[in-house]
Amino acid sequence: MTATMTERKLTMQKAIAEAIGQEMERDDTVFVMGEDVAVYGGIFGATEGLYDRFGGERVMDTPISETGFIGAAVGAAVHGMRPIAELMFVDFFGVCMDQIYNNMAKIHYFSGGNVKVPMVLTTAVGGGYSDAGQHSQTLWGTFAHLPGMKVVVPSSAYDAKGLMISAIRDDNPVVYMFHKGALGLGWMTNNPHATGPVPEEPYTVPIGKANVVREGTDITIATIGLSVHRALDAAETLAADGISAEILDLRSLVPLDRDAIVESVKKTHRLLVVDEDYRSFGMSGEVITTAIEGAFDYLDAPPGRIAEPDVPIPYSRPMEQFALPDVDKIVSGSRAMMSA
Amino acid sequence: MEIPRDDLVAMYATMAKIRYFEERIKEIYYEDKLPAFDIAAGPIPGEMHLAAGQEPVAVGVMPHLRPGDAITATHRPHHVAIAQGVDLKQMAAEIFGKDTGLGHGKGGHMHLFSVEPSFGCSGIIGEGMPVACGAALAFKKQGKDNVAISFFGEGAANQGAFHESLNLAALWNLPVVFICEDNEFAISVPKSASTAIADNSDRASAYGMPGVLVPDNDPVGVYEAAGEAIRRARDGRGPSLIEVRTLRLWGHFEGDADAYRSDEYKQAMGDKDPMVRYPERLISEGILTPADADALKKAAHEEVDEAIEFARSSPYPAPEDALKHVFA
Repeated sequence: MTATMTERKLTMQKAIAEAIGQEMERDDTVFVMGEDVAVYGGIFGATEGLYDRFGGERVMDTPISETGFIGAAVGAAVHGMRPIAELMFVDFFGVCMDQIYNNMAKIHYFSGGNVKVPMVLTTAVGGGYSDAGQHSQTLWGTFAHLPGMKVVVPSSAYDAKGLMISAIRDDNPVVYMFHKGALGLGWMTNNPHATGPVPEEPYTVPIGKANVVREGTDITIATIGLSVHRALDAAETLAADGISAEILDLRSLVPLDRDAIVESVKKTHRLLVVDEDYRSFGMSGEVITTAIEGAFDYLDAPPGRIAEPDVPIPYSRPMEQFALPDVDKIVSGSRAMMSA
Repeated sequence: MEIPRDDLVAMYATMAKIRYFEERIKEIYYEDKLPAFDIAAGPIPGEMHLAAGQEPVAVGVMPHLRPGDAITATHRPHHVAIAQGVDLKQMAAEIFGKDTGLGHGKGGHMHLFSVEPSFGCSGIIGEGMPVACGAALAFKKQGKDNVAISFFGEGAANQGAFHESLNLAALWNLPVVFICEDNEFAISVPKSASTAIADNSDRASAYGMPGVLVPDNDPVGVYEAAGEAIRRARDGRGPSLIEVRTLRLWGHFEGDADAYRSDEYKQAMGDKDPMVRYPERLISEGILTPADADALKKAAHEEVDEAIEFARSSPYPAPEDALKHVFA
């Protein structure tokens, strides 16, 4: 199914809530727990309306005990349920990472494949609205670095719904990260890319398949999350310069669609990675390595990256905007690579 | 409380199996590791935390369990797994790192996982406690009368996971029983140096659940306390905390010089060895004859020897099997 087959448009936030609601209708073992997910509907609306439809037994507010309830999600998943646990901000992982990376992500392996942990850990990521250094990180590289959990980051409402349904039906733990600036929330900066066509019926988007969201011939811009929107806007400006940019939305870091990266670079001969995560030891290095390993002879210029410059996310607007990727940085980075 | 004779006898038989298993593992552990101790050498490499002395905590719970109940245990897990009836051959094979092991050699002695009976353990202190809450939550949602049992040491009672789990369990009225194996030492640090109160069972009151202290490493005391707590949980009356004063007869891990405990302390522990006291009690009460006790011990030893032989003779996994089972 392609997105053009329907007229109905939703924000990414509503698409996520719709996906969870439809899976809860379909499968009694699916339930949600987290801080403020019930009456409030999730601080970022991921569970909007679900408490009224399904009640407190299936949409459970938890105490501020991330170790407790994420660990409980692991136990419930091992015993026949399909829990969705929400870690309100990914930045909060510090208080509960043991349950995530030592437990959720390793039980299947330790058991030699005998025990499955089918759960979704949803979490809000990203900055750009001056929430400072403990509420603005993306940290997807940190999670993707640790084996045993899939890491999904949608950039469109259509993908958000299809990837959420795939995540819930997956027999593995899936960390599902939504960028606050991509959700279409009324209280965030208006983002036209956050709203898009979404079929009403349930559908899946496969986890591990990147998506060429704009075809081009001169340079590949590989990115994820809100930076897909930034790249799409940059591509418009670049097109006016006569530069044809291909935008590759990775959609997941685990699994990483390495074939799609290599294929695109073989076509365009240039690679710019845009990553709202810290620059060093992360996604940008991994994607560039993938291109070098798979398409070294095709590269006409050294791959480049635009990423957060290895500093905590600063609060004050001019400093935060300096640190984060934006359209201008993508445009100037692309131009520089074309003239190299 | 009248305890069925069969349960008292089964508890002894299981204790004998556990103790002999731990003795055999200890003995094999040192093969090829000496004279200069090399932790990576021998048929059983790595860290080894053995539970000699803590048998009563596990066997007192076991008679009350039913199919479908779940257990989470600690880095010192063998006694609990054996008492629950985890396949002894597969468990031994996992400890030997063999392909026939519970996890095909991927977990080792601190990461034993069994589906039926449902058993899991962890090398991280307190990690299993929230997981037990989640198992109990699943049972409740599924309308089952199963219970989850979380074993943990007295050192774990100072972890956040302990407090978060007790609060969650009480808040959601979960069918879970928390069992604190208080062997007084977190590696070398005595409880008196780590814990602000004398009895962790008192902490139950902070979460509105019953807290019971079983003194003196008494299997019958554990039986009675666990029986009541498990009945409560099955009846939908919520969680309980049981604290058992137990004994870690050996070091924290094999190779531990155990210099932080005095000779007097160790002597006193040895005098209270449950593998001596419990059969003496059963014999003096006329529940077992010495001949019965010997026969039970012999049968237990045979089962353990068979499991060890199975583990020894099993093949190792292929090296590249390391790449399997990251994802389902």
